[in-house]
Amino acid sequence: MIQAFAFYLFAGMMLFSGAVTILARNPVHSVLWLILAFFNAAGLMVLAGAEFIAMLLVIVYVGAVAVLFLFVVMMLDIDFAELRAGFIKNFPLGMLLAAVLFVELFVGIVVRSAGSLQLSHASGTAAPAAGLTNTQAIGALLYSKYLFLFEAAGIILLVAMIGAIVLTHRQRGGVRGQNVSKQVARRPEEATINVQPEVGKGVSL
Amino acid sequence: MIGIEHYVVVSSILFVLGVLGIFLNRKNVIIILMAIELILLSVNLNLVAFSAFLHDLVGQVFAMFVLTVAAGEAAIGLAILVIYFRGRGTIAVDDVNRMKG
Repeated sequence: MIQAFAFYLFAGMMLFSGAVTILARNPVHSVLWLILAFFNAAGLMVLAGAEFIAMLLVIVYVGAVAVLFLFVVMMLDIDFAELRAGFIKNFPLGMLLAAVLFVELFVGIVVRSAGSLQLSHASGTAAPAAGLTNTQAIGALLYSKYLFLFEAAGIILLVAMIGAIVLTHRQRGGVRGQNVSKQVARRPEEATINVQPEVGKGVSL
Repeated sequence: MIGIEHYVVVSSILFVLGVLGIFLNRKNVIIILMAIELILLSVNLNLVAFSAFLHDLVGQVFAMFVLTVAAGEAAIGLAILVIYFRGRGTIAVDDVNRMKG
């Protein structure tokens, strides 16, 4: 009963926030609703017994991707006055939202400990071994059978990182940086000259 | 009783919302990227639900790989967005025709 309630809560909130994400006028609001959608999806995954993927979703999406989106939206969009207005005024609301999100995840975990959803008992090829937690089972599978795919995922992330850096890197003109090898290669013979000026003629520089 | 059908229905609704977002916000490439994230999220939800339904962990492993690709895609997409904004001063992408393709 409580599982069904939690499922409908998470699903309804996720769908609502997904809808507001695509309908909001302000892109910043869109990103925030997207974060709420991710949180609720993580709750749904916890409810299905996949804690590891749920926590990964929160860390990767909310912690990295959504923050990246926020960065870009705030760097590029023009509406800075509205962004800056009322930080102190919105602080209690922000704390309230954080508390709500935490309580939601907490409720999901509590409901899960009261008994996960018994979806089915069909046994697949990679059925989790008895007595292992979800994270342990995924780790045992990921570091043995799917090791090369795991490494390939790491290479994908590396390529994405290098690609993003190469795309956004900008050579600045007119910057005089230190050239260490040129300094080290400099010798006294080419740095100084010895001249014998004639009397009354001066030196030409 | 919550079954696999509920999960599939929810994730399909979310998928449709993501697709709708791409169509509704054709000018704003940031919203388009967010809609793509919503689509990938619904796919992940489906994978996890079926993984739990079939007692087969491969679905969750695959969901992790989808997550990896989604993170890389977001990084590259936003980098392209930044250089596009730098070059044109706008992010309206409905008239991208610089390469005349």
